[in-house]
Amino acid sequence: MSTVVLLTLTGLGLAALYFLIASGLSLVFGLAGVLNFAHGLFLSIGAYVTWSVVGSWGLLPAILLGVAAAAATGALVELVLIRPLYTRHTEQVLVTVGLSLAGVALLQSVWGADARVFPRPAWASEVIGIAGAQVPADRFLLIGAAVVVLLGLLAFLRYTRYGLIIRAGVENRAMVSALGIDVRNAFTLVFAIGGALAGLAGILGGMYFSAISPGQGASLLIFAFIVVVIGGLGSVAGAAGAAVAVGLLQQFVNYYGTAGAGDVSVVVLLAAVLLLRPTGLAGKVATA
Amino acid sequence: MILRIEDLSVRLGGSHILQGVSFDVAATGVTALLGRNGVGKTTTLRAVLGEVPATGSVEYDGTPVLGRATHKLVRDGLAYVPEDRCVFAGLTVAENLRLAERVPDPDYDLVHELFPELKQRAAQRAGTLSGGQQQMVSIARVLLNPNRLLLVDEPTKGLAPAVVTNVAVVLERVAECVPVLLVEQNLAVVRRLATDAVVLEAGRTVWQGRAADLLGDAGATRSLLGVGSTAGRH
Repeated sequence: MSTVVLLTLTGLGLAALYFLIASGLSLVFGLAGVLNFAHGLFLSIGAYVTWSVVGSWGLLPAILLGVAAAAATGALVELVLIRPLYTRHTEQVLVTVGLSLAGVALLQSVWGADARVFPRPAWASEVIGIAGAQVPADRFLLIGAAVVVLLGLLAFLRYTRYGLIIRAGVENRAMVSALGIDVRNAFTLVFAIGGALAGLAGILGGMYFSAISPGQGASLLIFAFIVVVIGGLGSVAGAAGAAVAVGLLQQFVNYYGTAGAGDVSVVVLLAAVLLLRPTGLAGKVATA
Repeated sequence: MILRIEDLSVRLGGSHILQGVSFDVAATGVTALLGRNGVGKTTTLRAVLGEVPATGSVEYDGTPVLGRATHKLVRDGLAYVPEDRCVFAGLTVAENLRLAERVPDPDYDLVHELFPELKQRAAQRAGTLSGGQQQMVSIARVLLNPNRLLLVDEPTKGLAPAVVTNVAVVLERVAECVPVLLVEQNLAVVRRLATDAVVLEAGRTVWQGRAADLLGDAGATRSLLGVGSTAGRH
């Protein structure tokens, strides 16, 4: 029983990370149609900026700065690199792939290729006893952050005008323009939101893994893409459900199966969803 | 003239869809844009609205607008009711309307007077509405705001006869205040609404004049539209 509890909470912690990355990625693809391979760069920017200033600023201000830097990077990438290419999808993919590779090189040149030990609050290093299992407290930090983000995103999508524009734009962005709305502003906004959430994921991932490295964003991005496809493009709620499924499956199969079998099982789940429900769990509708 | 189109040309996916469309839209009444399927009627509306790349000249209220962003044209009062309604299926009726608001005091009185059913169905997802109800939402979205010209694309397509009559009544009422460029296959609706008519054939303008002259000429109606002049007469 204690093993199941530990695996469940660890899987949910991992799911929280995937969700934070995938929710922004999903909205960006759903609304703007951009397959953003540079999304992992936003994650790393958030983590490294936080790591750089945490010694002098303290943890909370450093986290806020890291999230803000990642959001600004997201908005800047959309304005400078993506906006001129909205009708040229091949070039768009090439630009984001190139930026992803260049971003890793840039991080290595500034902070070095070695992993850096990432700070975390003292309480996050403790363990909490639940049903006989000794669960690291950082799992609850991740899960709590993801729940707050999920509720915040759903409220944003449901109750704000920009949320309404994003939900409509995911369905038919040409029609949104035909109602007199400059949908490009919404594109920039979702890139900024996606950047902020990825940055937060980078910071929490640093706490979860106790370290950050330049390639961390790219490796987490693979699973985030799988979550996006399983959840349904443009669906925040779908991304949350898919993240939980992927995180739990990965943890349980890795524990009860052979090493690496968890990753394979996630790919099998992806294939099954694509075969049975090609639009993903929630389809192409921004859920509020 | 509210709209003047000259030598409008559009190429899409290797096809030369519009090959020099030219016509004027009067500042009052309904101008019907007619022609057989695939002659370029919808593409003409989309080109005017900036949704597809085009060459030639489009003057809206005396100002050249070709190449302007769609949302800017719409904010200038060029409203669009698209073919197949294009309501946002995942949004409620109220959200579809709220999204379309462009002014601080949108005219919900007019919308609810013309479409009282929309008030009752405000919380219903638009994707679950019937075709006729979706058309109400689509037309209501543009009526919330002050407009200077409506582009309306096949508003009666796929609707039951009773609903077609309702849509025609609404458009007749709207056309009293705002000029309308109407793409329509139903000649009974054209006969009821249109003051002027333009006929396209193979991406070119082949006829422009008074709608009554076209519909009263059996030979012209048959040769240009492929139907008898009594089609749609009740």
